[in-house]
Amino acid sequence: MDNSVLPQNSLISVKNLSFSRGNKKIFDDISLEFERGKITAIMGPSGTGKTTLLKLIGGQLFPEQGTISVDGNNVHRLRRSELYNLRKRMGMLFQSGALLTGMSVFDNVAFPLREHTHLPESMIRTLVLMKLQAVGLRGARDLMPNELSGGMARRIALARAIALDPMMIMYDEPFTGQDPISKGALVQLIKSLNNILKLTSIIVSHDVLETAAIADYIYVISEGKVVGQGRPEDIEQSESDWVQQFMTGAADGPVHFHYPAKDYVDDLLSTGKRYG
Amino acid sequence: MGALYKQNDCEEHKKMIAFLDHLGKNTRTSFTKLGRGTFFLLQTLSGILSVLIRPRLLFNQMYSVGVLSFLIITISGLFVGMVLGLQGYYILSDFGAEETLGVMVAASLVRELGPVVAALLFAGRAGSALTAEIGLMKATEQLSGMEMMAVDPIKRIITPRFLAGLLSMPLLAGLFSAIGIIGGQMVGAGLLGVDEGAYWSQMQANLDFQDDIINGVIKSIVFGFVASWIALFEGYDAIPTSEGVSRATTRTVVNSAFSILGLDFILTALMFGDN
Amino acid sequence: MQHTSTQDTLVGLFVASGIVGLFFLAMQVSNLGSFTAHDSYTITARFENSGGLKVKSPVSSAGVKIGRVSAISFDTKTYQSVVQLNIDSQYNTLPEDTTASVFTAGLLGEQYVSLEAGGSDELLQDGGQIEITQSAIILEKAIGQFLFKSASEKK
Repeated sequence: MDNSVLPQNSLISVKNLSFSRGNKKIFDDISLEFERGKITAIMGPSGTGKTTLLKLIGGQLFPEQGTISVDGNNVHRLRRSELYNLRKRMGMLFQSGALLTGMSVFDNVAFPLREHTHLPESMIRTLVLMKLQAVGLRGARDLMPNELSGGMARRIALARAIALDPMMIMYDEPFTGQDPISKGALVQLIKSLNNILKLTSIIVSHDVLETAAIADYIYVISEGKVVGQGRPEDIEQSESDWVQQFMTGAADGPVHFHYPAKDYVDDLLSTGKRYG
Repeated sequence: MGALYKQNDCEEHKKMIAFLDHLGKNTRTSFTKLGRGTFFLLQTLSGILSVLIRPRLLFNQMYSVGVLSFLIITISGLFVGMVLGLQGYYILSDFGAEETLGVMVAASLVRELGPVVAALLFAGRAGSALTAEIGLMKATEQLSGMEMMAVDPIKRIITPRFLAGLLSMPLLAGLFSAIGIIGGQMVGAGLLGVDEGAYWSQMQANLDFQDDIINGVIKSIVFGFVASWIALFEGYDAIPTSEGVSRATTRTVVNSAFSILGLDFILTALMFGDN
Repeated sequence: MQHTSTQDTLVGLFVASGIVGLFFLAMQVSNLGSFTAHDSYTITARFENSGGLKVKSPVSSAGVKIGRVSAISFDTKTYQSVVQLNIDSQYNTLPEDTTASVFTAGLLGEQYVSLEAGGSDELLQDGGQIEITQSAIILEKAIGQFLFKSASEKK
């Protein structure tokens, strides 16, 4: 890898990435940098492929063009075993939590430790309890995943994601569908974990308030392009109408409320055409 | 008039082309799916070694695949055997050949009904449950999550279930046949008065260990292989939504049934053809 | 994971009952039990016609099953059917002048070899040969002969 082109402090860098699904172009030649030890947020409306970006970084999907390098490794050039080794240092928090339904909370958090280390069971127990304590759910260790609320499941999943002490965590829509208290708890948790564990965090979200509160840097993506980037303050002051609409949540603006259609009056008065 | 005909012709053509297009696309998707399925199978098989190192994984799956099918297999086996005893008696007694009831019951169970019916029940009970389980794991991102934890979901989740199905099937089929033969004896010898000694001795004289029992076991291993493969692949390949998983579950049962019956014909022709 | 031990027991029971089922099929249902239980010795018999005799057809003497047919071949020189008989070694006292016949069990039943002991003091050894044989009765032939005979008697 050619390390010299990377900015010194960037852990992950995405260069000229293009990716499409079917005929739809999801990313069109975008470049992003994620600084070490910082929280970087990717924001944008639903369906802009934010989750896809995380899967590309994790090596689960392959880009059509461009490169993604994580800690100096080109993710898509690695051999399978190397990729798996890299993934051990990446944590990912899925939107649903993705806890394994067949086992208890304790076993879920212990899962990566049992799969990847040969630690004695007593040490695994200590580690699991420490991680559970960090997310405030040490008391829930014997529950099964179907007994957890959405917010708890995400916190357990977070405990599992940090079980192997990764260098980075990717959060996929961590705030979606949470009540205000859970949201607050998660915001706190992401911030403090990032500071204490010296993690690099990537948050993919469309929850403007929560994300802006903790992010160090924000990219706003729409239709495969970066339409705005900068520190949260800069983004809020952005001159782009589109970014303004997104950040304030106005119903109409550059993104129209109505799906493209022909003139309303004409449509009502016409006799209609039968389809099929 | 002529113009009208021409137009009709044109419509017909369009329909024909649309039909062919549809057919072609469908054929192509089936081949693509078969290819994916074969690749999936190879990946599954490549994980066998890692499962043998951790037999606990296999053991847990033997429970959900084998033990949970135990009841349905034994009860169905008993009833199938009893019905065979009854039907066989009525037909054989017309020829004064009730003594050969044991042969008829045992041969039909060991050669055909044991492996086939047990495999069909297995596909309905364990196969559909496997598809639903794997499909749900996919829909809830558990498989993807595992991959991101640097754990290969095929080796960790699929292979143990595949091996459990492969090992359980001959045991279930054997149980089915054994209990069916006892059921046939209960009806034939117990209720209808066929001589019990004749029931067993005729059976032993006419059934061969190599030709009948071993071939039956081979059949059930093949069925176990195919039924587990289909169930796991349909789950793994399911569209990750609740509707996708429920469709995949249906496909598992239908495709397994077709494959089991089709393979049964081929295997029977190969095994018993020269007799 | 706390149910592991009951789960283990159930898996154990399942595997054990499956094996018992298969064992039952092997020993009780098929001929395996009667085959491997004893040693056997082989003798051959030559028939003009062995009819519908098959490998594994029973061999009996005085109505008791004492062995099985192990091979049937055609001798290209004498144009005879050479039948190898596997006789249970507990029945090793067959005299040398034993007769072998191919009979049918019942009207439509399967064919079997019947051995009828002679009076000789010499016994058949392993690899020995039965000299006196009676071929299978072919139904069509028998009926044909009967008709021919009755026709010629009328004249």
